[in-house]
Amino acid sequence: MRRGPGYQRLLALFFVGGLLFNFPLMRIFEQDTSLFGLPLLPTALFIVWALLIVALALLMERGAGED
Amino acid sequence: MSPALIIGAALAYLLALFGVAAWADRRAAAGRSVIGNAWVYALSMGVYCTAWTYFGSVGRAAATGVWFLPIYLGPTLAMVLAWPVLRKMIRISRAYRITSIADFIASRYGKSAALAGGVTLIALVGVVPYVALQLKAVSSAYALMTGGSPDAPGLPGAWWADTTLYIALLLAGFTILFGTRHLDNTERHEGMVAAIAAESVVKLLAFIAVGVFVCWGLFNGPADLFARARAVPEVARVLQPAARFAYDQWFALLLLAMLSVIFLPRQFQVMVVENVDERHVRRAAWAFPAYLLLINIFVLPIAVGGLLFFGTGQANPETFVLSLPLAAGVPWLALVAFVGGLSAATGMVIVEAIAVSTMVCNDLVLPLLLRRKAFAQRELTGLLLGIRRAVIVGLLLLGYVYFRVAGEAYALVSIGLISFAAVAQFAPALLGGMYWKGGTQRGAFAGLAAGAALWAWTLMVPSIAKSGWLGDDFATLLTHGPWGIGWLRPEQLLGLGGLDNLSHALFWSLLANAGLYVGLSLWKPPSAREASQALLFVDVFERASAGRVFWRGRARVADLVSLVGRFLGPERATSLFLGYARRLGRQGVEQLDADAALVHFAETQLAGAIGSASARVMVASVVEEEVLEIDDVMRIVEEASELRHVNERLLSLDRLKDDIMSSVTHELRTPLTSIRALAELMRDAPDMDEPQRQQFLGIVVTETERLSRLVNQVLDMAKIESGHAEWHNSDIDLRALLQQAALSTAELFRERGATLVLTLPESVPALRGELPALRADADRLTQVLLNLLSNAAKFVPREGGRVELRLTTDALGATIEVIDNGPGVPLEQQQLVFEKFRQGGDAAHRPQGTGLGLPISRQIVEHFGGRLWLRSEPGAGSCFAFSLPWAGPKDEETRP
Repeated sequence: MRRGPGYQRLLALFFVGGLLFNFPLMRIFEQDTSLFGLPLLPTALFIVWALLIVALALLMERGAGED
Repeated sequence: MSPALIIGAALAYLLALFGVAAWADRRAAAGRSVIGNAWVYALSMGVYCTAWTYFGSVGRAAATGVWFLPIYLGPTLAMVLAWPVLRKMIRISRAYRITSIADFIASRYGKSAALAGGVTLIALVGVVPYVALQLKAVSSAYALMTGGSPDAPGLPGAWWADTTLYIALLLAGFTILFGTRHLDNTERHEGMVAAIAAESVVKLLAFIAVGVFVCWGLFNGPADLFARARAVPEVARVLQPAARFAYDQWFALLLLAMLSVIFLPRQFQVMVVENVDERHVRRAAWAFPAYLLLINIFVLPIAVGGLLFFGTGQANPETFVLSLPLAAGVPWLALVAFVGGLSAATGMVIVEAIAVSTMVCNDLVLPLLLRRKAFAQRELTGLLLGIRRAVIVGLLLLGYVYFRVAGEAYALVSIGLISFAAVAQFAPALLGGMYWKGGTQRGAFAGLAAGAALWAWTLMVPSIAKSGWLGDDFATLLTHGPWGIGWLRPEQLLGLGGLDNLSHALFWSLLANAGLYVGLSLWKPPSAREASQALLFVDVFERASAGRVFWRGRARVADLVSLVGRFLGPERATSLFLGYARRLGRQGVEQLDADAALVHFAETQLAGAIGSASARVMVASVVEEEVLEIDDVMRIVEEASELRHVNERLLSLDRLKDDIMSSVTHELRTPLTSIRALAELMRDAPDMDEPQRQQFLGIVVTETERLSRLVNQVLDMAKIESGHAEWHNSDIDLRALLQQAALSTAELFRERGATLVLTLPESVPALRGELPALRADADRLTQVLLNLLSNAAKFVPREGGRVELRLTTDALGATIEVIDNGPGVPLEQQQLVFEKFRQGGDAAHRPQGTGLGLPISRQIVEHFGGRLWLRSEPGAGSCFAFSLPWAGPKDEETRP
């Protein structure tokens, strides 16, 4: 039953995501500057979001062929 | 554009969609399902993105910048936990044929009809504004496309001239075609899921097409777009960080979206009910968030591009997706975008209406109908379908009424958030019920009721008051409270201020909800039925829970078959029961026993069609059942786990038998081969000389003896290991026993030219009566001694062999050692000699033996609570010793 993505890793990823999308870590991006010509806060949120999805995909797809 | 063109495009699109659904249904019927695929499953989850996402997000972004995002970040976080949480929901729903969120909660808390009705009401009330949102979006889009004003679509004309009404009716008809063509006891809709997945692709591509057009068609890429935005102060304001970023509201939105993505009726429908294979969760868990990310990438560019193009306050930002291509002179793109928006809205309406119609039919209408005698004996398949169709039309009309009354006063997103907060109330009872066995029906009901009441008071009432259609007097409620009671003000309950109204409402409603749920659950313990359901839900992944059935009573097979037949049709019922009988290896339905498992099977089949609460009532009406007490539930659990232990023991015995069989076969073959070879030799050579023949016959006799010894020892071993050996215990005089053993083996040692020395203490304490006597089976102990002594005799050197048999005693017990001066046992073999069929010494010098003597001896000694060990250094002889404690097994004389 415990095969597949480790519960503890998923829980850890959940808390990491929860922290990154909240006060105070989000304040880091709350500045009136640009990244590649794009406003920082939305760009940073999208990048963090994308990284979160990539990490989740790696956790979920690992060993997917086993069962 | 002309209305005919728009309507034509919309109808063509809907027909194409219906074609997809019909194709998928045909494929499913042919056994080649198109939805048995993780990608399709992930795309069908995209039904989360409705007209809210398509039109509302752009409006939200144009007003507040990044604030459209938490609605999609929350679901991403929720999907991180999809594998543990969503998969468990799927497993539970599959096991107990649960087909709606109301059924899930009601079933967990003892199949309570009241709870099912309550959850259905909350879902229904919560979803109506959300349906209105879709109608509003489609009708403003239609108005804009045909050149009208998107801000007052269809109004103020007469109701029969209102296009929105026809849109609502068209969607209702379409939903009926999709969802209620036949009654299925799993509530699966393959065609619908395929169509929803197709719609997800259409709306994503259409939205991205508009985004690409805005970024690169109207501007020179996103960098240029944002650079120009910074030059216009009113637009730059949207992108600049606010003076104080409202993190509390941000957190509330994240939490709300996180819960909604699981608890919205349509999400539950596509993610849990329509799931084909729970392994698909693995891919969907990340593919669905990836879909959300893609559909959101161009929201901000379109919003900012629209503000720059039209100027702030000039056009409704919620329709930028359409108005930008129209104003830029690319009408075909606008038409594509319109179809995309239609896609988003219809997808939501279809799935939501099907999910809600299942709930209303099973959990509100049926319990009332089933009480009436007139319906008690009729076949109800047709009636069920009729009810569902009526509910679908009713839901769309309710949405239309809400839209007419209050729709135009709000932004799309605000309407949607009210719905989100309503379904978030399911969280404590549902999540708590999945992981906490202590949650009770009383707690769940009180929590839901309080949460829903507070939701209505703190969100619904203020929004109605603000819309002004109940008059200005009603609006003073917000500022002064009801009857002037200040601490009851809906947006500052108990004087709690400083929060935006959504966070305020979410805080109070979830606090009361979770507080009452936990508090009342702890206050009084659950009933037997609740406790048994709790076990079934919480332990759904445990293998032991698979066969548990909490039911006792008497039933008749024919009654059960005809009951299921009344709801699913007689043919379906017969084939279901026949399939069940075949799985049990029976020939036909009449050979089934009407036991608890069959009653459970019938009830589960019914639950799929009419919900678990109604199924419970119906089954109870045709069987005689005993009321289970909480002790009975516990006993059933224990019996099940006892059964598992017995099964495991049988399995291990089985393995043991296989082990012995394979070794024994090997050991038997060697002597048999040599006996056969010698016998054949003598048969084929009748003129063999006598000494030769005598020698051969001698070998045959020895080998035969070895064979019978082997068989005896194998049987002995098997008896001891399985615990079936007989033990005749008596008080043992160790000195006499040792002397007897030495006497028996004297001849053996004399043959080998070896001496046996017996070293005994003056007296054994046990004989003085001061210490408990040694109780053991004398024959068995002799067997051990003879085995050790004969082993020693085999290994001592031909000349000058010396074996010492020594007895020592102390307060704890006696130790018997057999010390020889043979070659000793090499270190690496010291453990092996105790294994079955392993013999010491290399092959050339291996003496005759079965390889079972030492393992048996060890088993015997251990049976008396002692220990048998070997101490040896190569070249310096070896010492086999065993100890026996004084207090042996006191009780049993014999062991069965």
